[in-house]
Amino acid sequence: MSKHLLIEIGLEEMPARFVTQSMNQLGEKTAAFLKDRTIEFSEVKTYSTPRRLAVIVKDVAESQADVNEEAKGPAKKIALTEDGEWSKAAAGFARGQGMSTDDIYFKEIKGIEYAHVKKFVEGQETALLLTELKDVILSMTFGKNMRWGSNDIRYVRPIKWIAALFGQEVVSFEAAGVQTGNTTSGHRFLGGQAVIIEADEYVSTLKEQFVIADPDERRRMIVTGLEELEKQNGWTIPVDESLLEEVNNLVEYPTALSGSYNEEFLDLPEEVLITSMKEHQRYFPVRSAEGVLLPHFVTVRNGNSHAIEKVARGNEKVLRARLADADFFYKEDQKTPISDSLEKLERIVYHEKIGTLSEKVGRIRRVTNRLAKQFGVSADVKKQADRAAEICKFDLVTQMVYEFPELQGVMGEKYARQKGEKEEVAVAINEHYMPRSADDHVPATAAGALVSLADKLDTIVSCFAVGIIPTGSQDPYALRRQAAGIVQTMMEHNWNVALSDVLTAAIEEVKADGVGDKGAEALQDELTAFFALRVKHILQEKGIRYDLIDAVLSKTGTLSDMQETANVLMSQKDEQGFKVTMEALSRVVNISKKADGPLRVDPALFENEQEKDLYDELKKLEGEWNQSGTTAKSRYDLLASLQPAIERYFEHTMVMTEDEALKQNRLAVMQNLARFILDFAEVPAVLVK
Amino acid sequence: MNIQEMILTLQKHWSDQGCILMQAYDVEKGAGTMSPYTFLRAIGPEPWNVAYVEPSRRPADGRYGDNPNRLYQHHQFQVIMKPSPDNIQELYLDSLKALGIDPLEHDIRFVEDNWENPSLGCAGLGWEVWLDGMEITQFTYFQQVGGLECKPVSVEITYGIERLASYIQEKENVFELEWTNGFTVHDIFYQPEFEHSKYTFETSDPDMLFNLFSIYEKEAKRQMDEGLVHPAYDYVLKCSHVFNVLDARGAISVTERTAYIGRMRNLARQVAKTFYEEREKLGFPILNRKGASNHE
Repeated sequence: MSKHLLIEIGLEEMPARFVTQSMNQLGEKTAAFLKDRTIEFSEVKTYSTPRRLAVIVKDVAESQADVNEEAKGPAKKIALTEDGEWSKAAAGFARGQGMSTDDIYFKEIKGIEYAHVKKFVEGQETALLLTELKDVILSMTFGKNMRWGSNDIRYVRPIKWIAALFGQEVVSFEAAGVQTGNTTSGHRFLGGQAVIIEADEYVSTLKEQFVIADPDERRRMIVTGLEELEKQNGWTIPVDESLLEEVNNLVEYPTALSGSYNEEFLDLPEEVLITSMKEHQRYFPVRSAEGVLLPHFVTVRNGNSHAIEKVARGNEKVLRARLADADFFYKEDQKTPISDSLEKLERIVYHEKIGTLSEKVGRIRRVTNRLAKQFGVSADVKKQADRAAEICKFDLVTQMVYEFPELQGVMGEKYARQKGEKEEVAVAINEHYMPRSADDHVPATAAGALVSLADKLDTIVSCFAVGIIPTGSQDPYALRRQAAGIVQTMMEHNWNVALSDVLTAAIEEVKADGVGDKGAEALQDELTAFFALRVKHILQEKGIRYDLIDAVLSKTGTLSDMQETANVLMSQKDEQGFKVTMEALSRVVNISKKADGPLRVDPALFENEQEKDLYDELKKLEGEWNQSGTTAKSRYDLLASLQPAIERYFEHTMVMTEDEALKQNRLAVMQNLARFILDFAEVPAVLVK
Repeated sequence: MNIQEMILTLQKHWSDQGCILMQAYDVEKGAGTMSPYTFLRAIGPEPWNVAYVEPSRRPADGRYGDNPNRLYQHHQFQVIMKPSPDNIQELYLDSLKALGIDPLEHDIRFVEDNWENPSLGCAGLGWEVWLDGMEITQFTYFQQVGGLECKPVSVEITYGIERLASYIQEKENVFELEWTNGFTVHDIFYQPEFEHSKYTFETSDPDMLFNLFSIYEKEAKRQMDEGLVHPAYDYVLKCSHVFNVLDARGAISVTERTAYIGRMRNLARQVAKTFYEEREKLGFPILNRKGASNHE
């Protein structure tokens, strides 16, 4: 026989961002609880609103499953006396299990026979075990916990009630000072308290109290509401999934409604309007069928349609005040010259130990110029990047960005354009924050990319210089993401300069400003290791096999060279001849390490044809290695073509021979050859089977 | 309902809930939280239920009386209940009903908002309360005050009086709000708004203010050494206000700014610790008083 089980934790309003994950957690923990106790059930269904987390488990068996348990006793030689009678130990074991010695049988475990008995354990009544559900409730974890009243427990928000029903019976226990019952609370204003007669009636009972407990159903109600408004007014309401999720977790009974704002505000940048509506008010912006932003918004009320015009008017008033503020800031900002803003940056601390924003901008500009030179960009790009770097942070002291920090860069671009800056400069100001997240694009323009690199490099280097280094899950300044951004940007813009050179530029500028006590060399080492991990990660994401990544992660290589080489190795790894080539090249590299310092080849000391042949191949390689037009692939081909000569060489030549002069000469050949191989990749790292 | 009636209504409501009605504390401060009736009394095990109006000075928000939404000085209605009662949300919602706000005709929501004031070593979790999309109240369960864990936890409810009034009176401009029959905010506060803005941004004497800061700081420390928490804390508040004026004036340089905040944080933490110790010496006299925590 089975019944349905319900647990509902009633809370003061949870943060919207925790609702869904907490609901899932309750479901998982309850299912695990039943499984651990071998209590059978058919299905777990979870529910949540801002004020409740609930789980219904269907068809929960009324008792645990019976089990046949095998108990292990003493070893045979102890269980039996010398005469072959049951020993006291055996009798004691059987008695302890509630059986007699007649039930004992022997079973071998790791070569030794032990006494065993089989016993039947009858399952306990589920109802008795369910009181332990208290532990499920108290073991819930949340992103942020709090204490309240005189309680000692920490929870996402204060627990107000707990409904716990097995069929129609209350599962009685107390958690956080709250006694379980069969009563739930409905909507704060539209509903009241209600008795849940049976676990299965949970959802319908709450619906009568104006609570839609199923988040999917609530979401459908919101979407339907949006669609109706679209139809009635001929609007398009683009649905932002994360906004929808948040709004869904702010309401128990959703009703969508629309409001309007003065058309004059449409003169404000669209980003300002959208940020005001979405981020600050959780409104859905409204567009025409053609996609033009309209002076309307949609909000979702936690309630029904009673007095809905009043709610709309209230929301309009709030948005009006916000937009009037924004409009004021926008007009004020337009009066302020960029130079005034730059002066204000002198007064803003970027970081206590690193200095002011103005100093940072100075470094960004110097690094931008050094990178422009290293990358060999055109004079035009250099000029644009220099100006963009100089003013890249000016919008941080505008009133609009002060009020809407999420619009940094976006406002910079708009204001720069209005204040007569070149288009490329304006765009670069916005782009220099890119990529803003792991899935954002890198800057499209060269000027934007240069300033973006310089800014991110400076942030990482100066943080490392003062000891802010990411560890484990701690990375408050998102330095890892920024490093990944640097690597991606350089790869996508195909800037073939070694990461180490780029780092050196930033380190020198940071040291020139006297930031931190750490020396330039120590910084270079730490940052090289830090970046190597980022490169590794990016190559992994591009599907490069891990040993091939190790092979290309050389310290001096350029990023695009690394990637190109990794691609070549990936494309060759399953080809015929790859294995023998890698083995031959690895052998050369490994032997070359026995050389002590740089050696010179003396062809007069060659003893056999194979030595001579290989030396000829080496000469040929030297000539072709750095010819223009060489690619990672052509170099691979060059090295691969050496393979037969190398193999023949080793067949006939003993490098580590007794004769010291001969040995040194042979090592010299190996050393010269290894230089090219390692220039291509750390071949011995490649795994071949 | 004019502002005066609103205040009377809120006072009556919270008085009925057992709160001591207090008057504003007579030292300049940026928020009701900084009043000793909140900052100090949230510390330690003794129950404390109180309500008061706090004029709050934000020099940087001064706009010469020109801006419809910003004020050098606005008013907060502050409620502290320790320990936080189980039905505190309901008590709060009842206060809105008393102000004539029918929840069935509005959209009232509790939206996550966690509060932190590092310069006072304070942190709390809670919500901003939205009325038809407008934030009208900060609702916070204190977790830490002056660097000390709150045990039990106090709940702080801070109504923005002008905000709420602009909604109730349906006014777009804060200066048009009616304070009482025949008197608007403009009548009472326009001139001080203008003058304080002019003072803050133009005529204040940074050198003198810097001087004052040091003098106040020294005096705060000296009184703390005497175990006199309240005089010491008054001087911390004075430091804080002087700092706010200097900051609004743009007179505090980059490196100095962090240092000044650090100095105030140290003072606040010391005051908190000393207050706890002094109450402990007295045997936490309110702890077991009958009726003092009738809402526990």
